[in-house]
Amino acid sequence: MKILILAEHDNQDINPLTLNSVTAAKELDGEITMLVSGHNCKVAASQASEISGVSKVLVCDSPAYDKAMAENTAKLLSQLAKDYDYIIATSTTSSKNIMPRLAAHIDVQAISDISGIVDHDTFMRPIYAGNVIAKVKSIDAKKVITVRSTAFDAAPNAGGSAEVEEMSVSQELGLSSFVSEEVVKSDRPELTAAGIVISGGRGMGSGENFSLLDGIADKLGAAIGASRAAVDAGFVPNDMQVGQTGKIVAPELYIAVGISGAIQHLAGMKDSKVIAAINKDDEAPIFSVSDYGLVGDLFSVLPEFEEAI
Amino acid sequence: MKAIVAVKRVVDYNVKVRPKSDGSAVELTNVKMSINPFCEIAVEEAVRLKEKGVVNEIVAVSVGSTQSQEQIRTALALGADRGILVQTEDELEPLAVAKCLEKICNKEEPDLVLLGKQAIDGDNNQTGQMLAALMEVGQATFASEISFTDDAVTVTREVDGGLQTIKLKMPAVITSDLRLNEPRYASLPNIMKAKKKPIDVIDVNEIGVNVDKRVQTIEVQLPPEREAGIKVENVSELVDKLRNEAKVI
Repeated sequence: MKILILAEHDNQDINPLTLNSVTAAKELDGEITMLVSGHNCKVAASQASEISGVSKVLVCDSPAYDKAMAENTAKLLSQLAKDYDYIIATSTTSSKNIMPRLAAHIDVQAISDISGIVDHDTFMRPIYAGNVIAKVKSIDAKKVITVRSTAFDAAPNAGGSAEVEEMSVSQELGLSSFVSEEVVKSDRPELTAAGIVISGGRGMGSGENFSLLDGIADKLGAAIGASRAAVDAGFVPNDMQVGQTGKIVAPELYIAVGISGAIQHLAGMKDSKVIAAINKDDEAPIFSVSDYGLVGDLFSVLPEFEEAI
Repeated sequence: MKAIVAVKRVVDYNVKVRPKSDGSAVELTNVKMSINPFCEIAVEEAVRLKEKGVVNEIVAVSVGSTQSQEQIRTALALGADRGILVQTEDELEPLAVAKCLEKICNKEEPDLVLLGKQAIDGDNNQTGQMLAALMEVGQATFASEISFTDDAVTVTREVDGGLQTIKLKMPAVITSDLRLNEPRYASLPNIMKAKKKPIDVIDVNEIGVNVDKRVQTIEVQLPPEREAGIKVENVSELVDKLRNEAKVI
């Protein structure tokens, strides 16, 4: 079996979530090659070569692959695909953008967001917002797969010594161009990488009230998330959304504040190791998945909690 | 400018689905069906573009069962001009749906194709990207803002960690994220008017694409239940439990 993993990176650092794909690939028991495509991405490529389990790193360094634009990147992958049985990436907004496009180029029905590997062609994946888990078997000769990061551990990012091969491919299709990006600058950890996540829901009442979570997050070194209801209500931006249609997280501790616990939210956080919930409604479904539930008014509980930790 | 909007009939957002007793599939008998919420956002966006005078015709396309005409009617009631149903009683995979949509686009020659970023049944998040690949056009997934200049479209996308803005040549494929807009409710007169708008029905076998299944569902099951824990009385007990029992803070 030959496996190609698409690395996600910012030309400097490999996104830690890529390491979860390496673990999934190891379960498939094959030779793992990692593609680092970008612009001035040699530093990232060298990092990739140190990941344990990766035997080869392909570097494709060209302005055409800057910002991982889907059109050029998927085309590049489609040209490499002939040499591989599996093309894998960790499920992120970037890979969700690229991998289905690749799959269509090579006429493969992609398999999104796998949460388990049964054997070389059979996989588990959540459907219906995680209400149901499907066991699916692919009959395509090649597999294009995205991996749910929380379902696989991160492979060690050191100890490997992969051969690095530079490729001189560069094809600018001219279909799209990057204009700008607004990266939310935060001293807090990324939602998907944080050891502790504290999330607010509709019960927060307003975007301003989310500041009640700031002090707690700072004290705990936590990331701040939100339920879809809070995003829908316009309290906070969508990139804070935890849930089936947002980010999937599985931290050591998840604190749900003013979140009722809609299925779509639970799908995004129920693999957390410990869940604590604060809600004024003692019947809220969130309590049925929480290790520790506190029934109370978040506006008095939160300041007290911040004080106590 | 002509816009095609793809709409999918799915189990209603508020229904809690369960596997059939034999675990072969999800139970869909007597379950309320609706337009996929992300598709509804895509329709709303097309209608707003028409109201702004950017788009002059909206064609709502669905690939699905005869009953999918109901969801096309929903799109027509929101403001789409006409509908096309590619009819099949089988449940098609995203690649097959994308191939059907490509055939329709080849004929209709839209400047813009709008889809939802994912359907809430299969949660695949693939069809738009696949369609863009087949059409060999640019794509903007997870759109939260769309604007037009002469022959290009600028789209702001919701990506991990923030927002990204890109520019695409036309024609282009755009998939909607949650915050692109808030769909309106169809008014009664518009629902009545929608009944008179035309829907073309094309049998999937006449469209000339291979829609055979590539991925078989072997079984579906409920996810492992998480056990409910305890209720604590107050903040100090909560902090104590987190610190000394769970040892997570």
